[in-house]
Amino acid sequence: MAGTAVQHDQRHDHSDHAHADHGHKPLTFFQRWFLSTNHKDIGTLYLIFAIVAGIIGGTLSVFMRAELQEPGIQIFHGLAQMVYGFEGDAAIDGGKHMFNVFTTAHALIMIFFMVMPALIGGFANWMVPIMIGAPDMAFPRMNNISFWLIVPAFLLVLLSMFVEGPAGAYGAGGGWTIYPPFSTSGMPGPAMDLAILGLHVAGASSILGAINFITTILNMRAPGMTLHKMPLFAWSVLITAFLLLLSLPVLAGGITMLLTDRNFGTTFFAPEGGGDPILFQHLFWFFGHPEVYILILPGFGIVSHIISTFSRKPIFGYLGMAYAMVAIGAVGFIVWAHHMYTVGMSLETQRYFVFATMVIAVPTGVKIFSWIATMWGGSIRFTTPMVWAIGFIFLFTVGGVTGVQLANAGLDRALHDTYYVVAHFHYVLSLGAVFAIFAAWYYWFPKMSGYMYSEFLGKLHFWVMFVGVNLIFFPQHFLGLAGMPRRYIDYPDAYAGWNMVSSYGSYVAAVGVLIFLFGVAEAFARKRVAGDNPWGEGANTLEWQLSSPPPFHQWEQLPRIR
Amino acid sequence: MTVAPQSSRKKRGNGVVVGACLAFAAGMLGMAYAAVPLYDMFCRVTGYNGTTQRVEQASDVILDQKIRVTFDANTAAGLPWEFKPVQREVDLRIGETVQVMYRAKNISSKPSTGQATFNVTPMEAGAYFNKLECFCFTETTLQPGEEMEMPVVFFVDPEIVKPVETRDIKTLTLSYTFYPREPSKPVAEVKAKGEVDQNKL
Repeated sequence: MAGTAVQHDQRHDHSDHAHADHGHKPLTFFQRWFLSTNHKDIGTLYLIFAIVAGIIGGTLSVFMRAELQEPGIQIFHGLAQMVYGFEGDAAIDGGKHMFNVFTTAHALIMIFFMVMPALIGGFANWMVPIMIGAPDMAFPRMNNISFWLIVPAFLLVLLSMFVEGPAGAYGAGGGWTIYPPFSTSGMPGPAMDLAILGLHVAGASSILGAINFITTILNMRAPGMTLHKMPLFAWSVLITAFLLLLSLPVLAGGITMLLTDRNFGTTFFAPEGGGDPILFQHLFWFFGHPEVYILILPGFGIVSHIISTFSRKPIFGYLGMAYAMVAIGAVGFIVWAHHMYTVGMSLETQRYFVFATMVIAVPTGVKIFSWIATMWGGSIRFTTPMVWAIGFIFLFTVGGVTGVQLANAGLDRALHDTYYVVAHFHYVLSLGAVFAIFAAWYYWFPKMSGYMYSEFLGKLHFWVMFVGVNLIFFPQHFLGLAGMPRRYIDYPDAYAGWNMVSSYGSYVAAVGVLIFLFGVAEAFARKRVAGDNPWGEGANTLEWQLSSPPPFHQWEQLPRIR
Repeated sequence: MTVAPQSSRKKRGNGVVVGACLAFAAGMLGMAYAAVPLYDMFCRVTGYNGTTQRVEQASDVILDQKIRVTFDANTAAGLPWEFKPVQREVDLRIGETVQVMYRAKNISSKPSTGQATFNVTPMEAGAYFNKLECFCFTETTLQPGEEMEMPVVFFVDPEIVKPVETRDIKTLTLSYTFYPREPSKPVAEVKAKGEVDQNKL
């Protein structure tokens, strides 16, 4: 693997005030954080943004679980009363819509403003240039624009929750899939327009970021670092960037059509004018399916490094791992209609999509088994990042198994839009991608901050979170199999038991998030110095050859990879 | 900071990569829009989603086998018409050309114009449902109280008995929905305050 054999012509600079390194005037706070062109500072901004967005999105989900803890409507009519000023019976109707607004906002926030900023904007921004031996991103100013576009996009989506959506209610409540006709004639108010514009801006930000990563990785690798010697995290980000570049414009096109259908009288998705609402579903999922790989691929890269580091072995089957990700990315573009088995596709079409979807299990299996093979016979240390990574492998595999089940058109007709689907995609995303994010956080926190986190708090965070999220989502399999549909504020009494368990799980997970925040504060308060490489000989990618935190500008003398 | 001589080569490289990326992104955006006519064309050619076929010539093959066609009629909100099929169903031989009637009446006091959309279920059968003549091909205007009979001339393609997906179909349903045909208005018009409370949710 890459990075194992690096020659240094010159020892790097250990200065803590690294930005004063070469006679720059020291930057003011405003210059450093608002006009930043430094990939590490922008990465930090992204990480802070993702934490804030994650807390907001997570809070929304705790409200939803609290509502679903018991049958009937307990919370949302009161919330609607408080937030929107409804009175009497109107509060119940307002609350019902508000629940839908919460599910929609939770999904949009977690996908576009938590996972993507954390993995791509945050960790990839921080680590990819360092790992490939580049001084910075190819286009530092464009990097800054990417970040400062995601902030207003987030504000637009938040704002949409407080303006009129359907007649007499507030917020966009069509789910993150925003299918017409509910998102066109069903929600005449401006909430939907704001949400669509928010997605446009977030999409523009991601496309710029993707172009930046592609250029950086293709053009700025250190001498000697061929693509086949590049660390797997850089590979995963390169593939993710390509997926973003190819899929986001399709979403942009689709939601622009939605916008013109709503505001300018076009009929792309309105049958009365010769349009077809199903077309939106095709366009949406042509973006939406690669999007789920965009969310998980960087996690694959991160977990590979962590498993290898704490097994003190190079990753098993490096090239297979890299090309498995390429295969997942490529096949991810031709399976979109498995989200649409119930729209009335012909049997032939369904057969194709079933088969193509199941093919993805092959490269994914290559990755899972290669991780296990990497651990096999290694000298494993169960540090905090390692337990998060192993948790990731286990939980992602559970989600993968239910994914293979749902890939079957026949079974999916029964399970479509039930809690089984909710359980499936939360196992791969909420328990997969998020565990990868936390693994990356603990793995790189000493490098980014220079301080060591508390091993006890990290482990406690892991176990509380592990128990919490499994309590939330495992019972949802049972609810789904029993036929409970998703996106409803209420349910028949028969579903009460597992819903209660699931809600208790969400409170446990919320405590887990508090432990995480406390752990971060504790690490910064105690200031335990981490040293250049706290992980020892297993950690052999380039970032561990720099100081912790790395100098403001790294690799002024390019590393040479033999 | 010294700039190495190789950086000029790198710059050009970056420009090429960015250009290619932007071209890709623009291409995908274009493809999204191209999907609109392509999807429409695809539906017409394959009968996907129950899109019926429009033909000029009747079938020259008529099978002995019979099939039942039932008729369904709907009007969209905003069109004050009574619209129903004259006969609920016909039994016809596969390949035989048949004419059926729909009847529409304007029950309001204003003239109004509508255009029908249509599909066939089961959706796999759309490709085999051939229309020679149909009121849905053109707009229809009805004066207040005016009643009109509207013909549909169609046959079921004898090829329908061949593919495994359609050969067991015994009943087809032809469904029409009449939509008001006026210049479409934007839906995202926020009504004046005070009149919104009329129909909550």
